[in-house]
Amino acid sequence: MAAFVLRRLLIALPTLFVIVTLAFFMMRIAPGGPFDGERALPPEIEANLKAAYNLDAPLPEQYLRYLGGLLRGDFGPSFKTKDFTVAELILTGLPVSMKVGAGALVLALFFGVLLGTIGALRQNSAIDHSVMSLAIIGITIPTFVTAPVLSLVFGVYLGWLPAGGWHEGSLGALILPWIVLSLPLIAIISRLTRTGMIEALRSNFVRTARAKGLPEPVVVIRHALPAAITPLVSYLGPAAAGLLTGSLIVEKIFALPGIGRYFVDGALARDYTLVLGVVVVFATAIVVLNLIADILYGLLDPRVRYS
Amino acid sequence: MTPSTPRPADPAPVLAIEDLRIRFVTRDGAVRAVNGLSLSVGRGETLGIVGESGSGKSQTFLAAMGLLARNARVEGSIRFEGREMIGAGPRALNAVRGKRMTMIFQDPMTSLTPHMRIGRQLTEVLEHHEGLSREAARARAVEMLELARIPDARARLASYPHEFSGGMRQRVMIALALLTNPALVIADEPTTALDVTVQAQILALLARMTASGETSVILISHDLGVIAGLCDRVVVMYAGEVMEEGPAEALFANPQHPYTRGLLRSVPRLDRAGGDLVPIAGQPPDLEALPPGCPFAPRCPHVFDRCHTEHPALRPAAAVPSWRKACHLDGFETPPQREGA
Repeated sequence: MAAFVLRRLLIALPTLFVIVTLAFFMMRIAPGGPFDGERALPPEIEANLKAAYNLDAPLPEQYLRYLGGLLRGDFGPSFKTKDFTVAELILTGLPVSMKVGAGALVLALFFGVLLGTIGALRQNSAIDHSVMSLAIIGITIPTFVTAPVLSLVFGVYLGWLPAGGWHEGSLGALILPWIVLSLPLIAIISRLTRTGMIEALRSNFVRTARAKGLPEPVVVIRHALPAAITPLVSYLGPAAAGLLTGSLIVEKIFALPGIGRYFVDGALARDYTLVLGVVVVFATAIVVLNLIADILYGLLDPRVRYS
Repeated sequence: MTPSTPRPADPAPVLAIEDLRIRFVTRDGAVRAVNGLSLSVGRGETLGIVGESGSGKSQTFLAAMGLLARNARVEGSIRFEGREMIGAGPRALNAVRGKRMTMIFQDPMTSLTPHMRIGRQLTEVLEHHEGLSREAARARAVEMLELARIPDARARLASYPHEFSGGMRQRVMIALALLTNPALVIADEPTTALDVTVQAQILALLARMTASGETSVILISHDLGVIAGLCDRVVVMYAGEVMEEGPAEALFANPQHPYTRGLLRSVPRLDRAGGDLVPIAGQPPDLEALPPGCPFAPRCPHVFDRCHTEHPALRPAAAVPSWRKACHLDGFETPPQREGA
């Protein structure tokens, strides 16, 4: 198991390298720079700034310097948020993003599996059809629509929850972002669960479990459910990636101080190091989450246990 | 379970099926899988059920277990130990199945839950039906696995189904079916999915483990050799009806129904030289459009006018009172012959 994890992490290193390289050069291809403003800076000041941040060196040299820094765990200074390093910014934003993302994932798994199971047990009933129609709606309405609408309705009109802001991470401030982030996931997870559950309920081993005279909840939860949600695990990696990208929009709309917001602000301001830093964190997170998904897969299905 | 000792008719059969009818409602119409079937199993008896695919043998006993597909419509009566199983609610069904009436399925590769350890799959039955503690249940499970000749049984409790071979998995299924010392075990083609080399072992195991006489066995098979070797009595089914029933040994020696004779002639025999296999001509009947007369009439070599118009009822076929057949023909004096034999 340890060897498996180690091997997977080693395989991830070239992936991360390619992502960092692409991100580095794409940022530089984009027009504009970190010190462009509405009012042009005097040329000598701009030259001084560029020299201070090593931006006057040839691009390949800058790239190699950046990679060298990364290897030492140095993400560099932020160009825009003066007096802060990128690592410091990420460390303040990451816990916020993780709280938002993890909560949304838990919510999505709970309601997705629950609704999918109910749909499968009441296949082709009115409940099943309405749940699955809601799921389609959940998939099709993008986050950048649901977020402002929910914020408007529950935050401004009804005033039940804060319309935005972090409020020291209070539960109220988290509820709307969780709902917005989890809705599309609930939609997909419930559909995957429903399909898996329908198949599991038709399987021979569920028939054996029924033949044992076990009560239906035991048959469904103990015998059918683990088989039904095994395919779901393969989706957890992409789902987590979806949460990360979704968080870019959600953190911006709800004004949450997570790293998603740094990414958006950083990209708009051409804060090269900040954007790259967030890219590295996101890419690493996706690699690690996929690894966790694979390990979970082995736990649910003993036939694919890793050595 | 010795075929040589015929049992007297049991006044209180373990399982009594009367005029059972099963239809499957589909978009294209109704498939009539079982059509007025009656049979019974005595205490300690081993009853063989023979028939081609689609003869309704499995569906009949899935109905007894309450395991039919949702689109099945069932009429008639299935009484198990005096209790009516048709229309029984889940609570009533679960009080019986897995405890007093158990089932061994055809495909041991897919009939065990892949993500659960074997031990748990056995102990959950004992914990649920007999209220045993986990420890007591484990001890009993080990005992049963040892009786089923699973080597190193205690250690194998922690194994998953995929870590067993097909034959070993069917041993586990047999242990599972006999855990609670049931009154009736239904073995639905228990060896069909297995290698020929292990089929005989599995059947011998089933026979040995039910030899005490407390447990009745229903052995469903299309393999006449299997039935002849193990069963006291045999029921031959076709198109969801009983064609012929009687003492296994005598019935196979000189079958009285043209369908049974056809079945026997289509079995390869290695112990007799020469003689070509004679298949039964034609196709099994279309269960959506059964003929008004005898369902076997379109394929029967002895067919005459009455067979097409009048449905034959079960009637005595020989001097033995328990030997009956559903055929308008009188009788056959000699065993079926093969061409050139």
